[in-house]
Amino acid sequence: MEKTLYTVIIFSENTVGVLNQITVIFTRRGLNIETLSVSPSAIEGIHKFTITVFTTQDVIEKVVQQIDKRVDILKAYYNIDEDLVHQEIALYKVDTSKLLAMGSIEKLIRDYQIHVLELTENCVVFEKTGHYQETQKLFEELSSSIGVLQFIRSGRIAITKSKVERLSDMLEKMMKLEEKVNTTSETQE
Amino acid sequence: MKMTGSKALIESLLQEGVETIFGYPGGAILPVFDALYDYDQKVNHILTRHEQGAAHAAEGYARVSGKVGVCLITSGPAATNAITGISDAMLDSVPLLVITGQVGAGLLGTDAFQEIDVIGITQPITKWSYQIRRAEDVAWAVARAFYIASTGRPGPVVLDFTKNAQSEEVDFQYKPCKFIRSYIPVPEVNISQLEKAAELINAAKKPFAVVGHGVILGQAEKDLMELLEKADIPAAWTLLGASAMPSDFRLNKGFVGMHGNVAPNMKTNECDVLIAIGMRFDDRVTGDLKTYASQAKVIHIDIDAAELNKNLKVEVPVLGSAKDVLPALTKLVKPARHTEWIDSFEIYKNTEYEKVIEREVFPKSGKITMGEVINKVSEATHHNAICVTDVGQNQMAAARYFKFSQTRSLITSGGLGTMGFGLPAAIGAKIASPDRTVCLFAGDGGFQMTIQELGTIMENNIGVKMIVLDNQFLGMVRQWQELFYEERYSFTKMKNPDFVAIGKAYNINGRLVNEREELDDAIAEMLKDDNPYLLVVNVERKGMVYPMIPAGTSVTNIILE
Repeated sequence: MEKTLYTVIIFSENTVGVLNQITVIFTRRGLNIETLSVSPSAIEGIHKFTITVFTTQDVIEKVVQQIDKRVDILKAYYNIDEDLVHQEIALYKVDTSKLLAMGSIEKLIRDYQIHVLELTENCVVFEKTGHYQETQKLFEELSSSIGVLQFIRSGRIAITKSKVERLSDMLEKMMKLEEKVNTTSETQE
Repeated sequence: MKMTGSKALIESLLQEGVETIFGYPGGAILPVFDALYDYDQKVNHILTRHEQGAAHAAEGYARVSGKVGVCLITSGPAATNAITGISDAMLDSVPLLVITGQVGAGLLGTDAFQEIDVIGITQPITKWSYQIRRAEDVAWAVARAFYIASTGRPGPVVLDFTKNAQSEEVDFQYKPCKFIRSYIPVPEVNISQLEKAAELINAAKKPFAVVGHGVILGQAEKDLMELLEKADIPAAWTLLGASAMPSDFRLNKGFVGMHGNVAPNMKTNECDVLIAIGMRFDDRVTGDLKTYASQAKVIHIDIDAAELNKNLKVEVPVLGSAKDVLPALTKLVKPARHTEWIDSFEIYKNTEYEKVIEREVFPKSGKITMGEVINKVSEATHHNAICVTDVGQNQMAAARYFKFSQTRSLITSGGLGTMGFGLPAAIGAKIASPDRTVCLFAGDGGFQMTIQELGTIMENNIGVKMIVLDNQFLGMVRQWQELFYEERYSFTKMKNPDFVAIGKAYNINGRLVNEREELDDAIAEMLKDDNPYLLVVNVERKGMVYPMIPAGTSVTNIILE
């Protein structure tokens, strides 16, 4: 079956060991995580994971259900690229003298919309954000011309285009449920 | 009230109604055991002989009582010894709380003496796993642990308790947990899915139900029978669904799966609507998924969303507890009669009786068979006993030939298939249900895997009736070798000790039976009082459990003889 790049988005409680709980579910099915990005979400105490993985729809559905089922996970879902606005960030360290010798620096910076973060006698550090293909293209161009001393790319971060906000909906539902639980336990007491 | 974390732990357990703990002390849990010393009137602590025994005993207790089984052990090797029991509870949805000691928080991650990463190891095999590093967290963590272990689809929970937190003082206050915002134990039933299910059932000419553990876990046995009666649906059960319906219930058509009954297995592939209730289409039930019930429209009722469409793609998944779904469905289905369909099970039943059951259960000559022993014990206990099994031929034969009149009466390791489960689980079962007879069927292989628990039985005089079906082989593996590996019996033959003498050494009465004529008398002797007893029966060495549907194939490949 054909494999697609899926983006799994997970909201979790901020407790120790959540990442391990998630990764073992990928490990069990022999799935290689392509990229991973974790940070606090917009809501205090809730962390957001963005994971990309090549697999089939059948497998990703099951994986997401198994992640969602973990007690510390608030919500897990998956999307394909068309559903998302997504971005990665890459940093490139190049040799200053080679860069100067190359010439046409202005064109390079304009074409790739590069930010220059650092400039010393020894090295220049570029930053470029974009899709994987875009950051990769710049890497390839620099590698083949002046060489890249260091290169790093972040995992993907992504935002859904849809109108549905699954975490907010879930939290709202759970707040109502909590109120119900509290009122029933009060009446019992 | 100010107290140590250790005392807070025990007070928390008491708040949750814990009466029995299965445990084994050691360095990193010593403060808790020291606190336990003052609670001997309130807590019944059973010292097992191995931590695996403690875990399985707690499982046996939980499986019989429906309450959370509690296991208290130390760090490092104790925790790793309990891993098999924890995994077993995970696969069979058993509410289990394992409390492990851990080195002091200051030593975590340093390879301190008897330190292992309990959380890292247990996260994949638990419903929840948490490290208590401060005494303040004890009450919160225990409350949460009980809530998670016992609600929704039950499962094992591990609390890894660092030694500093056991000794530190805390102002103890207990509040049971009733809500976790990231956890929905019992999902609300979707009405439109229910209606679709009812429509299918109402239109069905040949409906058939398969009953799993979920019915027992949801305490929905009566609700199940009401649905089946109203719509006149014949039903079969998976290994863990055994005893959800009494054996003599009119619509109970037997056991499905690899060694199940012929009729329900064949009818799975003849029915027009299959209603799967609280079961998960395990490969030992379905065989080849491509041919499994492929002609039928399938309704799958389960409390766990991750089980729906996991193994089998179904027409109507119904997310919810059997306790909620079944009565709601009963209201929606029309009374029906499917006499002809139900009668059609008889043909296969008769075939199975002639080809398998008659010679297995009522042999006239030759060595004693497993089915014969199991049937006799079931009859001698008037089908009221709790049947605990080990794993292998003894287990399949017990599931096939033991009869049940009450729920929660077959205690067996289904998902993990843990040899060595039986003896300690029987201990837990008897403690949970002291008024019922508890019969253990074990093979000579599995019995020796946890045989040290005879010490626990001796010390506490736990009236377990142990029946070792000794064929001096690892019988089920040998069966596969005979059928699929050209009778190359690679390391399945066993030279066994004198089990009765071992029993005697533990002050446990017993008897060795070789001849058919002695069997009734030996069983009567075993059952004459409530003391532990070890009955060793030398059975047919190369006995086979039939029928058998070879792994990964379909029911048409069934082997009967």
